[in-house]
Amino acid sequence: MRKLSLIQLKENQKAKVLEISGGRILQHKMMSMGIYPGREIMKLSHFALRGPVTVRVGKSVLALGHGVAAKIIMEIE
Amino acid sequence: MIEKIFLLGNPNVGKSVVFSRLTGVHVIASNYPGTTVEITKGYLKIGEEKIEVIDLPGTYSLESTSKAEEVAVSLLKEYPKDKGAVINILDATNLERNLFLTLQLIEGGFSVIVCLNMWDDTTHRGIHIDVERLEELLGVPVISTCAVTGVGIKLLIERIKETHPSPKNKLTHEARWQEIGKIVETVQRLTHRHHTLREILEDASVKPLSGLLMSCVIVYVSFKIVRFLGELLVNKIFDPLFFDIYQPVLERLSIALGQKGFIHHLLIGELISGKIDFKQSLGVLTTAPYIEFAMVLPYVVSFYFILSLLEDIGYLPRLAILLDNLLHRLGLHGYAIIPVLLGFGCNVPGILSTRVLESKRERFIASTLISIGVPCVPLQAMIFGLLGNFGGFYVGGVYLVLFSILIILGVILNRVLPGYSPELLIEIPPYRFPPLLILGKKLYFRIKGFLIEAAPIVLLGVLAINILLYFRLLDFVTGIFAPVIQGLFGLPKEAVAALVIGFLRKDVAVGMLAPLALSAKQLFIAVTLLAISFPCIATFVVLLKELGLKYLIKAILIMIVVGIVVGSMLNFAILR
Repeated sequence: MRKLSLIQLKENQKAKVLEISGGRILQHKMMSMGIYPGREIMKLSHFALRGPVTVRVGKSVLALGHGVAAKIIMEIE
Repeated sequence: MIEKIFLLGNPNVGKSVVFSRLTGVHVIASNYPGTTVEITKGYLKIGEEKIEVIDLPGTYSLESTSKAEEVAVSLLKEYPKDKGAVINILDATNLERNLFLTLQLIEGGFSVIVCLNMWDDTTHRGIHIDVERLEELLGVPVISTCAVTGVGIKLLIERIKETHPSPKNKLTHEARWQEIGKIVETVQRLTHRHHTLREILEDASVKPLSGLLMSCVIVYVSFKIVRFLGELLVNKIFDPLFFDIYQPVLERLSIALGQKGFIHHLLIGELISGKIDFKQSLGVLTTAPYIEFAMVLPYVVSFYFILSLLEDIGYLPRLAILLDNLLHRLGLHGYAIIPVLLGFGCNVPGILSTRVLESKRERFIASTLISIGVPCVPLQAMIFGLLGNFGGFYVGGVYLVLFSILIILGVILNRVLPGYSPELLIEIPPYRFPPLLILGKKLYFRIKGFLIEAAPIVLLGVLAINILLYFRLLDFVTGIFAPVIQGLFGLPKEAVAALVIGFLRKDVAVGMLAPLALSAKQLFIAVTLLAISFPCIATFVVLLKELGLKYLIKAILIMIVVGIVVGSMLNFAILR
């Protein structure tokens, strides 16, 4: 098992969320949008120069700013 | 006994469409999260009873994180639970994520009825939901609907009375997601399908290279269509109406009035080489309607046609991803592109929709930038109409200047203002193709809104300014500002009247410049100043409402400083 942030995950790669290393508000917000520990998500794209990251969570596509994406820690087998 | 109905659901599930169906009140609906930032009220008639229906901004949970969400949640929580029913609207194609709020509502003891909206879309996407089973598991009525066509709305109304609070134990967020997982597994079945063209385009627009390419094509084509449609309307409809039908009538009126005198001055204005000139006469019956209907309205129609189409398809949030990086340098994040784009139509809805941004700091930056650097359609139409005669170079120049101001001012504000700006965190909706009727209705209401707002102000504004000019009442103001206008900006002192009326409406203000025979450089400076200096009265009011007096004064000081700096720089340094 390897730990990495959503930034480091490759495009089109799937992984499980391990933790959201942010404050309570961010955790809440992520939680309500469907990103929570144990959830499998797929990274769709990553924009250059510290740009946003897009992911697929279930049926939805979410766009996350670089700073937020960096706080989402993923685990891959 | 139910006395109020609240519509609540995740962003972009079609609450506003359901609201329109229930109450007959039209509200703007689009395919992106955060279209509704204000509370809208209407009434639903069930038999003899009239029940108030309240459309709330979308929210993902009962803990709010933006101003729009806060509005929704606090209003709901304050109302007695046994008297208010909640129609919880869900996007049926995204059951799992939507159920989070549903469970929170049920746990919280609200009287909930679940409305599985966008039901028609589930079949296209290979999703099958067992509605009866879902109803059993949730313990509240569940109705499938397709609000854009109206399917299921009748049943929804019939079953509203069945709702009652049935509180369950409050779960932790993790436990709630586990519960949702179980429910979804039981009620939802997915059939495998191949990727459709729609999905390929959806994916392509969120990847850097293909996304950028698509956006360039879409923005270019949109711009072309706006111009083409606008010109078509002017040349084929409005100009013939004014010149062939309206002008002969006015010429006769002018002769009847003796071609001079106070009344003639007010209604017809000045005759230009013996005839009425719609662009220069400046009368209440001549230039005022010509500006609003023949020069501005066609572009309002074509702009809102394209904007509404892009909104409903769901393209706009994709621009937010592409622009996130740039907007971060201005203290905003990508989603600020939505208020900015709306601001290009009219600054008022643009500034209202800054509520989709999370912090006061962002809202201040965005509102200030919109009112300074984003020209509304009426102003743009006039810039094209007058400055365009000197060549596209000058028109492009105005946009370049405004864009530079946006960037420079944004960077400065981001440095100077305390605090930081939150990160982008949005949902990208799937593409949807609205029925043309829905699109047409939205366009109709936007144009109606424009006319109601603009027409009286334009007519009264021109009337007032004509009275002031006739009795030379503006000479005093002109005297005060002349040194600035002449010395710094190189404009004739008569331009003061135009800048003053700019406080009412920018389009008429540009129109007032027409008879002054300005050089290209002077016109360039004048329209740029009109764009940046001072908000029009409607923008002023909404700024006051949204920012409060203290921030409004700050914003206006910034506008005046930017106006003076840019005006004199253009005059002395750039255009020689």
